[in-house]
Amino acid sequence: MQHGKYRFIVGFLALPLIIYAIFVISPFVQAFQISMTDWSGLVGTAQFVGLDNFEKLWDSDDFWNALRHNIYMLALVPVVTLGLGLFFAFMLNVGGRRRKNEVVTGVAGSKLYKFVFFFPQVISITIIAVIWFNIYNPDPQDGMLNSLLGAVGLDSLQNSWLGEKSLALWCISAVMVWGHVGFYVVLFSAAMASIPRDIYEAALLDGANRFHTFFKITLPLLWDTVQTGWVYMGIIALDAFALVQIMSVNMGGPDGATDVMPLRLYLTAFRDSQFGYASAMGIAMLIVTMTFAVLTMRFARRERIEY
Amino acid sequence: MGSTSAHNDEGLGRRDLMKRSAALGLISVPTMSFLSACATGGGGGEKGPKAAGGEKTAKNPLGVKQGAPLEAFIFKGGLGDQYAKDAEADFKATYGAEVKHTGTQQVGPKLTPRFAGGNPPDVIDNSGADHLDMNKLSTQGQLQDLGVLLDAASMDDPAKKVRDTIHPSTIEKGMHGDKFDVLYYAFTIYGTWYSQKLLESKGWAYPKTLDEMVTLCGEIKKAGIAPWTYAGKYPYYVHFNLFAQIAKIGGMEGWIAIDNLEPNAWTKSDAVKQVVEHYEELAAKKYFLEGSQGLTHIQSQTAWNKGKAVFIPNGSWVENEAAPTTPSDFGMAVGALFDGSGDKMPHGTLRAEPSEPYLVSAKGKNPIGGMEMLRIMLSKKHAQNFATKVKSLTCVMDATEGMQLSPGLASASKVFKEAGTNLISLQLQEWYPALTDEKIGGLTGQLLTGELKAADWIKKTQEECDKVAKDSSVAKFKRTA
Repeated sequence: MQHGKYRFIVGFLALPLIIYAIFVISPFVQAFQISMTDWSGLVGTAQFVGLDNFEKLWDSDDFWNALRHNIYMLALVPVVTLGLGLFFAFMLNVGGRRRKNEVVTGVAGSKLYKFVFFFPQVISITIIAVIWFNIYNPDPQDGMLNSLLGAVGLDSLQNSWLGEKSLALWCISAVMVWGHVGFYVVLFSAAMASIPRDIYEAALLDGANRFHTFFKITLPLLWDTVQTGWVYMGIIALDAFALVQIMSVNMGGPDGATDVMPLRLYLTAFRDSQFGYASAMGIAMLIVTMTFAVLTMRFARRERIEY
Repeated sequence: MGSTSAHNDEGLGRRDLMKRSAALGLISVPTMSFLSACATGGGGGEKGPKAAGGEKTAKNPLGVKQGAPLEAFIFKGGLGDQYAKDAEADFKATYGAEVKHTGTQQVGPKLTPRFAGGNPPDVIDNSGADHLDMNKLSTQGQLQDLGVLLDAASMDDPAKKVRDTIHPSTIEKGMHGDKFDVLYYAFTIYGTWYSQKLLESKGWAYPKTLDEMVTLCGEIKKAGIAPWTYAGKYPYYVHFNLFAQIAKIGGMEGWIAIDNLEPNAWTKSDAVKQVVEHYEELAAKKYFLEGSQGLTHIQSQTAWNKGKAVFIPNGSWVENEAAPTTPSDFGMAVGALFDGSGDKMPHGTLRAEPSEPYLVSAKGKNPIGGMEMLRIMLSKKHAQNFATKVKSLTCVMDATEGMQLSPGLASASKVFKEAGTNLISLQLQEWYPALTDEKIGGLTGQLLTGELKAADWIKKTQEECDKVAKDSSVAKFKRTA
């Protein structure tokens, strides 16, 4: 059966490989090519300029500023999102009081909570951004957050939120967390369901409390899932385009306080018609994202626990 | 679930590696050549002859070909796109041609690939936040020279050229170098907008000078109303007044130096200092509606319509845009620029400018048809239709003579008449939108919240302008008048 094996494999793989090459690999290669030109995106011709665009990028304060904001988000958003996701999933699946016939259960009403948590996941990110933009409306009567604060007597906390330089980025990050926690609750719930119940049973017989069961059993057994979620969430934090574009004042403002790499790229390409320079930004983003993914995979590696 | 067990990754032997790299090579070699064809192909060369023109007659001075289809791409913002559809209907009826209409808010992202592909639509209303860079289009030969249109006979009077029926500043503003290639169809009156009814009911008068404005703001604040609001999400709305005020006090000569990005144009001007310090004072005395820095243009207009604030910097499209929230007896009105000290231009000076840039693609299928569509729009009939439908003036002179106008438009026409020839027209935002909207806009936002002092605003604005002046990737333009 060895005979003709390769022909057989090639026969099956040729078409998908060609499609993959055209639609996935070629745009990547093309981006490299365009990044070395001064292409405006408006005509079919461009001049080769070598590494000029990359030099310009290196000297660009705006891009470093945007990158810094992405790094802030990268440091904060995945920790908070996955942390909350794990906590909620644990409470919904394992954290409940012991009941008859069940060794481990979730808190009361966990089915409803699961639905509530997952809900933002089904709304488009554009709508989430618009909803939250209105929640953050600074008007003390029309803005939901401000009027809520006013209603409970916390007028002093009222703020212009997205218009406030020191708060705007965190307001947008909070929406990002809000929009993604639900997905991780469901993902972690599914992973927790596959942990054998007898492990918990044994631990409980030995007198373990919730704290112990979480850190000694649940988290180690979920490590693979957490790691995947981490990479996924990190890439989302390195993007943040839609939220910033719709919500931020003055496109990445106030005064550049919420600018992110993809927004910079978008403005460079479509507002300033500098596609060559924008492609160089795209490649810089690719490098940052790949570095993040590789580092995460490298440092988060642990021996898999078989069960 | 990502597999993290160690031996999976290390199992890659040399043979496998070589096989993989060979496979990669197989993929990348043909794609490379395919790609280089892709990125720079398409639209490079001329694609056959353009639609041949028809016969030129008195009724058809441009020589539009009967039945040749036309495609129009119209920005659908504060002015909607019905007025363009009406003109298209006339084009269709006259030339028996199919007209494809697209109304959109995203002109730039939708049309960039079409320009790159050599397949742009014939007529484009290039407006809104996502508009195309007209400098780039013009310098790269994508825009039809509209000089032919200017010299064609007008629709209403065959003895008159189109050139003589439109406001002269329209021609001045639509030039890129020596070429007239942008037709600014609408005529926008910028200024400080307010409710006549509110002022009258409180016994306030629209102030004449910057100082009177500050004094009045004090009274307004005492009455429990915010004197000003603005669209913090788009701080360049404030520039409508701020920039024009500088030009009024310092004179057009000083402003032209700014438009031309001359060194120290901002820092050496006393007018800049006077005006920016005025805004610093308004901010320091908290004369802006709280939270304005987070409002969109719609939200700020709504707050203004509800009487939460008295004044708002805006353009004459606001009447149409704010119509859904404007009370029927609001009495919308606009005032001219304020006097400072030692002004170069007299009281009543106004920023009134051609707006709503219409383009015809040089490489489109039917550029002659595109120009004819503009000629139709420049007729008295369609200019009046525009005034009725969207409550705004057009560049067609005296088109609204004798018409019953809405309150805001009537007020705008009145201050426009009073200003006479004392009109201000600015190019900075048109030529360098990234500079004014993002960079200076960011600084202005900080100025109005009191986080930035006037002196710093001027210094940083000068720095941003110097950066653009040095940036070879931005096409520069010069003006002399």
